[in-house]
Amino acid sequence: MKALSRSYLWIIFALLYAPILLLVVFSFNEGGSLSSFTGFSFRWYGEFFRDQVALQALKNSLFLALASSLLATAIGTFAALGLDRMRNRYVKGAVNSVTNIPMMNPDIVTGVSMMLLFVAVAGVFGLSDILGKWTMLIAHTTFSLPYVILSVLPRFKQFDKTLREAALDLGCTPAQSFFKVELPAIVPGVFSGLVMAFTLSLDDFVISHFVSSPDFQTLPLYIYNQTAHEVKYSMYALCTLIIVTILALLLIVNFAGSIGDRRNRRREASK
Amino acid sequence: MKRVIVCFLSLALLALLLPIFASCGGKEEITLYVYNWGEYISDGSEGSLDSNAEFEKWYEQTYGVRVKVNYSTYSSNEDMYAKLSGGATKYDVVVPSDYMIARLIDEGLLRPLNYENIPLANEIEYSVMFADGIPSYDPEKAYSVPYTYGTVGIIYNTTMVDSADVDTWDLLWNEKYAGNILQFNNSRDAFMTALCKLGYSINTESEAEWREALAELMAQKPLVQSYVMDEIFNKMKSGSAAIAPYYAGDFFTMYADNSDLAFSYPRGEGERTNVFVDAMCVPACSENALVAERYINFMLTKEIAIANAEYMCYASPNRQVFLDADYQATMQEIHPDAMKILYGTDDVSLELYENLPEDKLMLINDLWEELKIESPINASIFVIAGVILGGSLGLGIFFAVRSRRRKKMLVGLWD
Amino acid sequence: MKQKRSLLEKAAAVPHMVWVALFILGPLVFVLYFAFTDTRGKFTFTNIELLSSYSHIFLLSICFALVATAICLLLGYPLAFVMARAKPSRQKLLMIMLMLPMWISLLIRTYSLMTLLDNGGLVNSLLVKMGFSPVTMIGTGGAVILGMVYDFLPYMVLPIYTSITKLDRKYMEAAADLGCNSIQTLFRVTLPLTVPGIVSGITMVFVPSISTFYISQKLGGGNFDLIGDTIERQFKYPSTYHVGAAISLVMMILILISIAVMNRFSDGDGEEMIV
Repeated sequence: MKALSRSYLWIIFALLYAPILLLVVFSFNEGGSLSSFTGFSFRWYGEFFRDQVALQALKNSLFLALASSLLATAIGTFAALGLDRMRNRYVKGAVNSVTNIPMMNPDIVTGVSMMLLFVAVAGVFGLSDILGKWTMLIAHTTFSLPYVILSVLPRFKQFDKTLREAALDLGCTPAQSFFKVELPAIVPGVFSGLVMAFTLSLDDFVISHFVSSPDFQTLPLYIYNQTAHEVKYSMYALCTLIIVTILALLLIVNFAGSIGDRRNRRREASK
Repeated sequence: MKRVIVCFLSLALLALLLPIFASCGGKEEITLYVYNWGEYISDGSEGSLDSNAEFEKWYEQTYGVRVKVNYSTYSSNEDMYAKLSGGATKYDVVVPSDYMIARLIDEGLLRPLNYENIPLANEIEYSVMFADGIPSYDPEKAYSVPYTYGTVGIIYNTTMVDSADVDTWDLLWNEKYAGNILQFNNSRDAFMTALCKLGYSINTESEAEWREALAELMAQKPLVQSYVMDEIFNKMKSGSAAIAPYYAGDFFTMYADNSDLAFSYPRGEGERTNVFVDAMCVPACSENALVAERYINFMLTKEIAIANAEYMCYASPNRQVFLDADYQATMQEIHPDAMKILYGTDDVSLELYENLPEDKLMLINDLWEELKIESPINASIFVIAGVILGGSLGLGIFFAVRSRRRKKMLVGLWD
Repeated sequence: MKQKRSLLEKAAAVPHMVWVALFILGPLVFVLYFAFTDTRGKFTFTNIELLSSYSHIFLLSICFALVATAICLLLGYPLAFVMARAKPSRQKLLMIMLMLPMWISLLIRTYSLMTLLDNGGLVNSLLVKMGFSPVTMIGTGGAVILGMVYDFLPYMVLPIYTSITKLDRKYMEAAADLGCNSIQTLFRVTLPLTVPGIVSGITMVFVPSISTFYISQKLGGGNFDLIGDTIERQFKYPSTYHVGAAISLVMMILILISIAVMNRFSDGDGEEMIV
């Protein structure tokens, strides 16, 4: 039984990784083919770093991810605070369910609906060229918002309300008590919301596809254009670099986490 | 910890914003906005000449003024049109195709050229592209200087296709090669192949002829492996497909990776094919028309024009290019028949795309929609899905009923 | 004690509410508007009426998504089960391995799958080398379903895995004490208790599968359309935005209804089902 389950695990993982492995291996291929390996070289990595369009797309992606995640985190954190304190149950329910629409809706519907909004607004103001950096920023912030709220709101709920009262009793203004007592307690939630928004923005293709213009390309859009056109093999180099970066990040986070765990356990044991 | 994160984030943000501010300052120089097709100029990769850098160098030496070429690219005439008519960026040089030039002229978006600044324009040989030597999109030649031209032919894999079947559009409808045929995934080009096969004009006014073309495409659909655009490159290179209609210039790129490929022009009775001309124009909104015209002229100089033609592999209407022995030798190295494929189209009847009226464009869209929503999928998928849906519904109801009955039992016991 | 809310607390959600009204509700209003108007802005039902010619595409997409979801469930449940039963240190590694592909753009994974399965791809050249005849995979419905399963399997495994690890082991021990063998325990205890995980897994796979356009374009070769492809094509030209909006509207309503039904279904189940 154990052997059976273990082999099942490995078969699934092998199938899951086969196409990725293919990319990684062929990114080192000297020739430009995905069916025959002609020799080991770093040629495509060199090509990638010379490709201005790709580098610009990378820059755009990072800028957009950073800006939209910061914006979404700021709006979302305050929204979570407001929702936590809100007394009118119906308003709260309404806000919650509207916020969650982008999470439930298929991405393509979110994308086209935003596009229709932008196009209609552009039509009203007589602009013909509204899609681009700013529409992307709005769209990315919007679809990240529910995830930020989802990770911050529970922190507010778990927060011990008596601490806030204590702070108020000790002479803090409500604003001070929020910034000095409550905010530090919810920072982990804010931070995980930020990270989530950042990765969602980096990875999004479908929504960006509809609200972007050719002159503000992000990495996924660049990849889409590559796979729709003649594929430059430097794309495989890019993918390998992405995979390696993610793997390194995950391992670091995991490693740091396990060290932290061990330290905590040791501290507990010493008590 | 929190402070570290904030510091890190703001630093990262700064690093991203800095280049934006940095570009504001600097010495006075002219920026020339050039908007061209992607992969459409020799850019210095793999040891070739960097045409734009050469222009900047040459301009400063000749006129003592620094010019910075801001070069951006598009992948379709329509993208270019949207940007240009939007007016957000003041482009100085654009390279639209024939029918789009006609449209831009109609809408007054182009500026007439001052040929005194483009003396090399008389090196352009119009008769290699048009039998009568007159570009129908710009009969006066007032707005455009041809950059490249190209024809659509059929690329096929010699190991999979019998050479007796080629040289006609019928190849794309040949049942022998079912599942190995690629077709354009865009309405105008796909309809072009069908109209050409039927021997009709690719700009036909007759709705009946468009419908006939649709019938041809419908008949072709079961034979088609994929509707693709530039994925053609990979599919043909790897031998995943045997037959594809595509541009002569791009054939050489594929041939470089797979020497089994060959190119043919449809020469059957009454058959024709599409020719396109991409020409350099100066938009009406240009603020540096003089520099733009000098840029156009520079692109026509022998050395630069040859570098570009060799980089792109498309045909050049520039006499200094196609009559040059070195250029001919280089092309010969790429493919033995390169010159014949690119320039030997005298016996093929060629037709340019024209700007179609709005109602015809709508008609093509509707017909294309009809073709695309036609599904060749067999019914088994519906049966399987039905079984799954029925099964899960049945299970759900079964469990719901059972748990209710048990609850009732439990309640009974409790009482 | 009833606390007075500070201004900060009262106003904190306001920017969010404005944002949400502008950029979540606003777009949906425009979908409605476009779905019920023609190019000249006049009210019309023609877009909705036109949908009848797309009904087979809706049906086809639903079927594809259903089959892909079912396969994901059949493959994913055992996987989640095996993962949840592994040693804790090992579980972490397995989780990372499962998550890693999800961090790589879906476009890249799908494209790579396409090159693997293509007529001249690695799989077929291996087949030929082993003496079999090559199989045409790209352009068939099977390839599209394979792509959906491949791309969305982790979405099925994750919620199921989470709900299995959250299960109190005592339930299983109790079942074993009461004479259940391991298979009976699985079907009478574990499975019913993890229904919420299964339901959220199903929605997480079904929704992207039914609305995908990249997978069907690449692996289906553009030979047949799913709803996603149709919508995407409608939004290439402004003249067809209206039809596209109508299709999106119908798809959105269908999906929201099915999510609501699924949630209702899972609410009633859970603990009482093991009784």
